[in-house]
Amino acid sequence: MRVIPVPTSLDYRTIDRLIEAAVDLADSKVLFDAHRLRWIDPVGMIGLLSVGKVLADRSGFLPSLKLPEGGELLSYLARMGFGEAAREVFDGGVPILRRTGGSSDVMLELTPVQQNQDVHEVVERVHDRAGAILSRTLRYPPAAVVQFSVILSEVCQNILEHAEAPGWVAAQTYFWKKRLGREVLVIGVGDVGRGFRGSLEGEYSGRFADRWGDATALEAAFIHGLTRFPDQGRGQGIQQIRKQVRRWDGAISIRSGTAQIADVPDWEDLPPLEDGLVPFPGAQITIILPARLEEEVE
Amino acid sequence: MSRPGDPQLDACAVDVRSLLERSVANLYSHLVTRPTGRAVRLAIESQLEEFRTPALSLVDLSSVAILDYSCADEVIAKLLLRSSGWGGGVFFVLRGVQEHHRDPIQAVLERHDLAVVAETASDHFELMGSGSDGERKLWLRLEQLGWVKASEVGRLLEEAGAQKHLEVLIERHLLFQHPLQGDLHALSTLIQRRV
Repeated sequence: MRVIPVPTSLDYRTIDRLIEAAVDLADSKVLFDAHRLRWIDPVGMIGLLSVGKVLADRSGFLPSLKLPEGGELLSYLARMGFGEAAREVFDGGVPILRRTGGSSDVMLELTPVQQNQDVHEVVERVHDRAGAILSRTLRYPPAAVVQFSVILSEVCQNILEHAEAPGWVAAQTYFWKKRLGREVLVIGVGDVGRGFRGSLEGEYSGRFADRWGDATALEAAFIHGLTRFPDQGRGQGIQQIRKQVRRWDGAISIRSGTAQIADVPDWEDLPPLEDGLVPFPGAQITIILPARLEEEVE
Repeated sequence: MSRPGDPQLDACAVDVRSLLERSVANLYSHLVTRPTGRAVRLAIESQLEEFRTPALSLVDLSSVAILDYSCADEVIAKLLLRSSGWGGGVFFVLRGVQEHHRDPIQAVLERHDLAVVAETASDHFELMGSGSDGERKLWLRLEQLGWVKASEVGRLLEEAGAQKHLEVLIERHLLFQHPLQGDLHALSTLIQRRV
């Protein structure tokens, strides 16, 4: 059995370390050793599931996952609904993480997105509970709950429309004491489908000729709003998400294939475009929305 | 209540929330996702098939809490794109447009270079979407007048380019011109009389 060490902190900045460690494994049983895991955000959770799913599909064996024995992290994973999702991806060795009742502090538990109905359920759930978190924790105006629900709806539809594979979404708030000195809402969305390049290839690879690749596909969708559908109304979801995230001084990044593209404010230092990353299927979307500063609140 | 010269338009009011519950699933209460939008649009189109054209259709969004871009595109933009497809045409007016509906509606209209008459507050109608300043100005003038007899239309067209603006407004179904008498009718006025 091959052992893949999971970083002690697994989030949008460290997930590539896990992908790099797993990229070449194809034909053996794998153990994800996360017993030293101390911190994981929605992007980390979805990344861990995605890497596990890819290895399972490649090797035909469900990987194992070793989590810390007890403690705050395990209880947090349970509240986030990680247990249910992990049982679909990892073998029976995953500790039973039962969701505790009254998880009102969770913005959106890890939720599979496989069909239209799942998007409706995500929107219903978030609409019911996001108001308090957005207004009290992030100091956003009351109308933000609708705009936030629309963002989630559009970003989840990206999975259904383009991935042609199941995916997950999750969201939670954290206090970034060192990095930002304020609360942030982190939204993770990911799938292990065909990615942006695969979605756009038939329509646009000829036009881009030898420039065609994951980075150009991401630029085409993220910056220019291109889509494989001939319908003129398509392709605006990501554009509108970017616009709204910018209004809230937030950051958005999409990793797909070997590239990552990002639209970030001053407080974040992700590069606008990275290419040559370790290849990984599907698309992994990270959205970070910071709390408004006191002086920004009317 | 009608008056002499009123056009004989079939008119119907469509409560989108109720249509959403009937045609998609009664568990869904928000207008999100393309498949949902498509189902709602098909239900509206099916209702319109029963009307003689030209017809007036009031699409009521007042009970819709969340409208996303995909759904706005499937319902509003595609209905408008097909508005000329029904015989003598269908004239759409949006009712109950609230602040949180504006961004999705405006975005999809601009993307398709469309415009629509929308009731954004009680008895307050505005033109949403794309259009030139001249077209907006002329539309607003007609909106204030409500009804202009054919013999008086010329007075509206004294400014340079006004004739062209009027043709665009008629072609885009943003006001109604009686096919025989030539009178101009603001859609808001027709709504108040018909629905």
